[in-house]
Amino acid sequence: MKAVNEMNLTFPSRSINEGFARSVAAAFAAQLDPTLDELGDIKTAISEAVTNCIVHAYPDVIGSIKLRCRIYPDGRFEATISDRGVGIPDVEKAREPMFSTGGPERSGMGFTIMESFTDKLTVRSCPGKGTTVRFAKRIAVRAER
Amino acid sequence: MDVKIERKDSELLVSLAGELDQHAARGVMLHFRELEAQTLPERCTLDLSSLRFTDSSGIAVLLGLHRRVSDIGGSLRVVGTPQQAMKVFDAAGLRRVMKFE
Repeated sequence: MKAVNEMNLTFPSRSINEGFARSVAAAFAAQLDPTLDELGDIKTAISEAVTNCIVHAYPDVIGSIKLRCRIYPDGRFEATISDRGVGIPDVEKAREPMFSTGGPERSGMGFTIMESFTDKLTVRSCPGKGTTVRFAKRIAVRAER
Repeated sequence: MDVKIERKDSELLVSLAGELDQHAARGVMLHFRELEAQTLPERCTLDLSSLRFTDSSGIAVLLGLHRRVSDIGGSLRVVGTPQQAMKVFDAAGLRRVMKFE
């Protein structure tokens, strides 16, 4: 299916950009007329993915993060967050609840939250080359509500 | 993110206002670290009614505060949790750990 609209954003892995990225994604998703609840889910999932890039992909350097959002005719919102950081050696392990390499300041719930707040989540990672997280969220059309 | 910490007799009132993410969480945790265990009251209320957003960083912040209060045998009460935040905390099962009102 061809996207009806698309946006691309590239920004450095500074933590101040967590709020920037989720606000941009939410403003773009607003075209699908989502409920506040659906918008909250999108913002939360984007925030988790971007935070992972900042904390884990680029632990000691400022690297580049790419955010691509697409809207499909069936009301689907799709976001792709990619980095060229250190990568995840064991994606399955990283997706387990409470697993974290981030110390006591992290809860290890990032992927779990992304999974429960979106409809489909895929994680592709290559150690030394980077990680790409993609998720889809279906926004109900008004008549169905 | 605004962090307000007030002491009222035997109670500690902590209010968080704004958006709580990893960027903001570091500052919030610094505030909590400054709370002296010796003078920490046994009852602590965390007011989240002005919290506009949180992600999993908020889970670590709440667990951190809960641990500090539990360490001195106190209890933590979380009030005014907005819907978006509650959904995040429920994904982590925080209701089984602390009291939400």
